[in-house]
Amino acid sequence: MMAYFAALDPMTLIRALPGNVAQGLIWGIMALGVYITFRILDFADLTVDGTLATGGAVAVMLIQGGMHPAAALIFSVIAGMIGGLVTGLLHTALGIPGILASILTQISLYSINLRIMGKANQSIGIGQKGLVASLRFVSADNSYLFFIKLILICLVLVAVVYWLFGTEIGSAIRATGCNEQMARAQGINTNVTKVIALMISNGLVGLSGGVYAQYQGSADVNSGRGAIVIGLAAVIISEVIFGKLCAGKKIAFAYTLAAVFVGAILYYAAYALVLWLKMPSDYMKLFSAIVVAVFLAIPYLKDKYAAKRRRV
Amino acid sequence: MAYMLELQNLHKTFNRGTINEKAALAGVNLQLKPGDFVTIIGGNGAGKSTTLNAIAGVWPIDQGSIMVDGVDISGLSEHKRASCLGRVFQDPMTGTAATMSIEENMAIAARRGERRGLGWGITKKERKKFREQLRELDLGLEERLSSKVGLLSGGQRQAITLLMAALKEPKLLLLDEHTAALDPKTAAKVLELSDKIIEEHHLTAMMVTHNMKDAITHGNRLVMMHEGRIIYDVEGEEKKKLKVAGLLEKFEEASGGEFANDRMMLAN
Repeated sequence: MMAYFAALDPMTLIRALPGNVAQGLIWGIMALGVYITFRILDFADLTVDGTLATGGAVAVMLIQGGMHPAAALIFSVIAGMIGGLVTGLLHTALGIPGILASILTQISLYSINLRIMGKANQSIGIGQKGLVASLRFVSADNSYLFFIKLILICLVLVAVVYWLFGTEIGSAIRATGCNEQMARAQGINTNVTKVIALMISNGLVGLSGGVYAQYQGSADVNSGRGAIVIGLAAVIISEVIFGKLCAGKKIAFAYTLAAVFVGAILYYAAYALVLWLKMPSDYMKLFSAIVVAVFLAIPYLKDKYAAKRRRV
Repeated sequence: MAYMLELQNLHKTFNRGTINEKAALAGVNLQLKPGDFVTIIGGNGAGKSTTLNAIAGVWPIDQGSIMVDGVDISGLSEHKRASCLGRVFQDPMTGTAATMSIEENMAIAARRGERRGLGWGITKKERKKFREQLRELDLGLEERLSSKVGLLSGGQRQAITLLMAALKEPKLLLLDEHTAALDPKTAAKVLELSDKIIEEHHLTAMMVTHNMKDAITHGNRLVMMHEGRIIYDVEGEEKKKLKVAGLLEKFEEASGGEFANDRMMLAN
């Protein structure tokens, strides 16, 4: 036991921290997308696992083809949005239950991602210039510049999503997610709002995939596996920790969106901690699932416990 | 005479061809003049709410036509019909979005039938207008514009839903037992508010109710439904003279005496 603790070097954990923050911010973009479907639209969208990899595949192939990495991200977004569109149409036009529609898209994207890349993974050249994010930046001397840039990008995304859901269309999407019957009675075409929300969400996920592929220097057909669980973990961690803090503020919704990024960073910090404790990395997906299950259960059990106490 | 609403031979059968087959509407015919306020009574399963849902387009009808202000809307989807309809439901939770604020709910209703774009979901001018309208309700809601609707009581939610239904003046207001889930005092207040809104905006309205007394005292016309048909229709002076006992008798007569165990008995 002593030997186990003696073998744990706190410095390793601290050294890993900047990388965790970067990873948290990048995956936070995906979590923002998950927030839109899971919380605003009330739709369990598993398309995410596919569109994340698609975003990465599209970015890497375009960069290999000579496109500027920042421009390639535009196409990552578009690719993600098309994924969302397909799920939306399967659900609204063809009447397939939402969760199943998203699984169908996710599975078909696996083949499409392979087709885009020609093989299971593709990498970006070592000397590639103009990358939006890269592992190299984290350990570089002026790494703070990279972090400032990354945080700014995230804040801009928060601002855009905040604005979007304050518009007429955004309000209509929120009404659809909250009470579909009310939305229709107020003249909202709920099929259209659902499709739009899924497209915005998966556009963000595609963007996240594109940035992450640049960060890693490669895209992998399996990179999206379990992504939805990580996105949910980020959303739920942020709600459990910051939910009360955000409520009642003037722009509470903006804080809530920003908190999703903090949730993603905390997720990766916890992830690093578990790895640091020498848990085999094979167990990491199990760890992610347990985190989501625990944080989803907490509010429920809290309510139940409180109700019991009231009765006594 | 141009009618505001004209229902012709409405038919709707649920679960056709199964053991649960039910002919909910079996040839409903009704014409409402502009400004008519008709109350609809009848036993459980008589087709009252089904008629309103057929008009609102919750599902397509099997047969017949629905004309609102001279336009056949029976082929339109629910959200398209919404532009000429105001609706209040039995469950106070149904008419509003709980996680959105009072003003956001009203702003959504204020855009009923309009194209929704990238303009702000709610403007300063609207906020001011909504505050005034809420003040008239006299429920203290004008100070809680940004409160989530989910925090309000059932009566308050129904009052807001009513207000929302009238924000964009509808050609037809559909009230589907909208006081049934409220306590008697709140129900009376919401009914009073309904009368006021209908009168102020000169709306054509249909109100389904289980309460015979309410059916008699409100509106200028009363219809009774039974087994998917309208079996009794009175208006004007003749309606004013109606008494609950007389109405019960009428129902006994029309339905062949099977009325005695219905919950309408308890509701007067």
